[in-house]
Order: sequence, then C-alpha cells, then structure tokens
Amino acid sequence: MHFNLRSALAIYRREMARAFRTAFQSILSPVLTTSLYFVVFGSVIGARMEPVGGVPYGAFIIPGLLMLTLLGETTSNASFGIYMPRFTGTIYELLSAPVGVAETLAGFVGAAATKGLILATIILGTARLFVDYEIAHPLLAAVYIMLVASSFALFGFILGIWADSFEKLGIIPMLILTPLTFLGGTFYSIRDLPAPWDAIALANPIAFLVSGLRYSFYGVSDVPIAVSLGLTLGFLTVCVVIIVVIFRTGWRLRE
Amino acid sequence: MHEPILSIRGLTKTYTNGPRALDSVDLDIKPGEIFALLGPNGAGKTTLIGAVCGLVRPTGGTITAFGQDLSKDWRKARARIGLVPQELATDMFETVWRAVTYSRGLFGKASDPVMIEHILRSLSLWDKRDAQIRALSGGMKRRVLIAKALAHEPELLFLDEPTAGVDVELRKDMWQQIAALKERGVTIILTTHYIEEAEEMADRVGIIQAGRIRMVDEKRAMMERLGTTEAVIDLAAPLAALPEALAGFALELSQGGTRLTYRGGNGEGKGRAEVAQLAQALTRAGIGFTSLDIHDSSLEDIFVGLLGEKQGEAA
Repeated sequence: MHFNLRSALAIYRREMARAFRTAFQSILSPVLTTSLYFVVFGSVIGARMEPVGGVPYGAFIIPGLLMLTLLGETTSNASFGIYMPRFTGTIYELLSAPVGVAETLAGFVGAAATKGLILATIILGTARLFVDYEIAHPLLAAVYIMLVASSFALFGFILGIWADSFEKLGIIPMLILTPLTFLGGTFYSIRDLPAPWDAIALANPIAFLVSGLRYSFYGVSDVPIAVSLGLTLGFLTVCVVIIVVIFRTGWRLRE
Repeated sequence: MHEPILSIRGLTKTYTNGPRALDSVDLDIKPGEIFALLGPNGAGKTTLIGAVCGLVRPTGGTITAFGQDLSKDWRKARARIGLVPQELATDMFETVWRAVTYSRGLFGKASDPVMIEHILRSLSLWDKRDAQIRALSGGMKRRVLIAKALAHEPELLFLDEPTAGVDVELRKDMWQQIAALKERGVTIILTTHYIEEAEEMADRVGIIQAGRIRMVDEKRAMMERLGTTEAVIDLAAPLAALPEALAGFALELSQGGTRLTYRGGNGEGKGRAEVAQLAQALTRAGIGFTSLDIHDSSLEDIFVGLLGEKQGEAA
C-alpha cells in the first residue's frame, strides 16, 4: 500500500492552521458552551442533586458533556474540512495530487481528531474550575477519547462528502447527534430510568459511548466497557470502509 | 522522434443524464511543446483536462502519461503533472506563502523554501508572500494558482484558460511566464478562448468541437495550409474585364469593374509576395489604383472557418 507521509502532513498542517485561524469558532465557542453547562448543571443544580452511583452529580456529568462537545465538534470539523473544498472548488488540487484515501484520511481525520483532543483537554481543565473529579483510568480515557474523536471525524468526513448544501451539513449534528447525546445518559444514568425506557435507551448507540467514557473516569458504567469499545471500533471500521468505497467510486468527488 | 509525454486513445466521457462531453478523443502531446487546445464553450476542453488530472472519471479510453497508464500508475504520473484551473479556486484566507508551500507538500515533495522563493519571485509574487490571497487582485490570484501548480516542479502543465479575465498587459506578462516555463523544459497544454494567445505561443494547435478533436497540426503548418491573404484594390478607372496581364493572379472583379479582390497565398508570406507582384503588374499594364488593403487570415479566421464548415457538415 502506498502512503506518502509528506502529503498527509501537508493536509494535516493546513487543517490545523485552519482551526487556529478560526479558534473562536472551533475552540472558544464550545468551551464557553460547556462552561455554561458546568455552571448550571454542575455547580448550581448539581450541588442539590444526589450522587449517582457514588459519584457526585457535578463530576458525574463531565464525561457526558465532554462526549457532547467531542461528537459535535469532531463531526462538524471534519465535515467542513472536506465540504468547503468541494463547495469552493479547491478540491481540484487534492484530486489532482498523487494522494490516495490513506493520506487524505490521515490528514483530514487526523487533524479533526487532534482538534477533538485539544478540545477535550481544555474542557477537562475548564471542568476543574467548577467541580472536583479524579480520572480512574487516565490512559483508557485518553485512548477512548482518541477513538471516539477519530470515529466521528470519519463520520463527519462522510457527511461532508454526502452533503450538497450547508443545510444538510448541519442537519445530522444538530438533529441527530445532539439529541441522541442528551438522551444517551449525559445528565443521568440509564439504569435510573424506569422500564421500559431503560431498555429503549440502550437502542441509542451514543449511550454506549457516554457509558464507556464514564467508566474510564469513575469505574462505573451502564454497559460493560468491552461493549462500548467494541461498538466504537465497529463504527470506526464501517466509516473507513464507506470512505474507501467513496474514493474507489469517486462518488460526489470526481465527476 | 520522441515518445509522446501524454498519449490519449479513444477517450470518452458521458455525464449521467448529460451529453457526451468527450467522444473517442485521440491525442498525443510531444515533450517540451506548447499545445493549444481551442474550442467553443462546452466543446470538452475542461473535461479533457479533468480526465487527465483525475477530476473526471472517463467513461472509456486510455490515458498514458510518461509511459504509465493513468488508470493504474496514477500516483507516479500525477506527481509530475500540474494544473492551473479555470476558476480562481483557492483558500482565500491563506497567505500566498502557505498556499504554495501546501501545494508542494501535497504532491509529496520535501519542503524547499528556496524553490518556493524562486517561483514567487518569477511570478512577481514575492512582495505579496505574506498577504492573504483574498486581498490580491484577480490577476495576482491567477498567478498564485500558477505558483501553486509549479510548486512541485511538474514536467507537464495544464493551463485551463490561464488568462481569462486578465487585462491585456497582464496577459502579455503571463505569456512571458509561459514562454519561460517552456524554456525550462516544461510541456504545456493550454486551453484558451483567445486565439491570439494560441497564435502567439503554441507550437501545435488542436481544435475540439462537441467532444471531438477536429484537427491537430503544427501552428505554422495549419497557417500555411489553411491561411490566406486577401487584398482589396480600388481602381482609378473601371475595367470591363480582367486584362491578360493579370491572368496569373487569383482575382475577382466587382463593384462595376472598379474593385479587384485577390485571395490566395498560404498565410506565411506567399500571399503578400503575390500582392506585391500584382501591384507591379498593374503598374506595368497602366492600370491605376487609388487604394490597396491587405489582410492576412489569422488563426482565428481559420478556427472560425473550420468550425463553420463542421457545423455545416453536421446540419
């Protein structure tokens, strides 16, 4: 398999430069939103809430809020990253270069995942200002965050190729990802839901992601960590396969 | 005879629910030449370039560049091909330096600030290296696109309407840049609406219409074969008929015997020489004339004439 590291790095660097150029939109804006969540749900309301599974409520919501931002931002970043060149016509350069799917993904998705990690670090730092928490399995948390960020960056990449308007670009993160994350146990434990809602909630794949991240933080989860990891890896694999097919067929990329 | 640097055989492209943009195109490009592809809007020029550069998926046919089949060894070949697109498509918020550096990296070349500086200086962009592209004039933006296409030192360069929307002065400046690239051994394929451009720069000319290559020839040979000289001579006194002394010239008498029209030559000077001989013959025969107007056909006349003929055949 061919892989040109220089090409991948060129794409990666440009995408990172784009993020820093629009730092307010890509970093400060989600940090501000998440801070507001921590102020309202973590400090004000959280102080009056019972601990969940032995974890103080303010700390309990950190993994869910982190997931909420991570999914939205990595998906949007990656989708914009590929949609904008298609929209402005600058994609001609990528298509005419000796660059295949591997370099393209390493560049675009790698940058989106990096931005996700930077964002996660900043959010965790911000959370520290409002609530006390400890991370039980820091290495697992880092790997899991990277895995989720990469998966949803790949998903965003597919979205950016599929979308043929700005409206479509925003529809999935806004109408599907955000509601599913809210309903996926961000602010509560699925186990506390009455039947049959606890079972129905498990049909929401985001619930597995939130639960997996929560396990890495506090050692407690709604579903086994292996299931969460397996699901994330499966999602990542499906996204990679779809993107490889898109590049092979040239769907929405080459006329 | 050199092997062609680019060889296209039976290239066909039919868009979904659309017309056949390319119809069995055969074309060979020689190393080191400037080849001008002329054709009206929608003739298939951009589709042809897109097919070679990987922007368009051909429906059929083969493309071989540098001896490599582009459907198989596209990586190696594409690393040696550059493209300047018709549209001013580039990240407008990037600086000139970063945009050009990115292009070099994207094509897998190691960073080379000296090379980038050389390219920017040669295109008079050095002073603008830290400027955002959106702040540049249209002509400068087009130079940035050329700089980006040159950043990986391509051996085969496609210029799709390189001077569209550029003022006359800048266009001539661009011609100099293209000539300099040829000097460096770069093979150039350009599409243009400005026949003057092809006439000025091209070694060979191809005419494409409705997705088919109608003619490919050396520019000089095309001018020689299809070019003519027309001379209109207004006589001092009317002639009843063409005198014997003018029998050897391709002449037509009109306007009540007061106008002689000569059509002949080969577009490469032969016609003008014959008109000079005609003027001497008129003087020797004592036929006075009040004015003499000479017009050599240009590549544009040939192009328009050819397309007119083909459209006539098709009708």
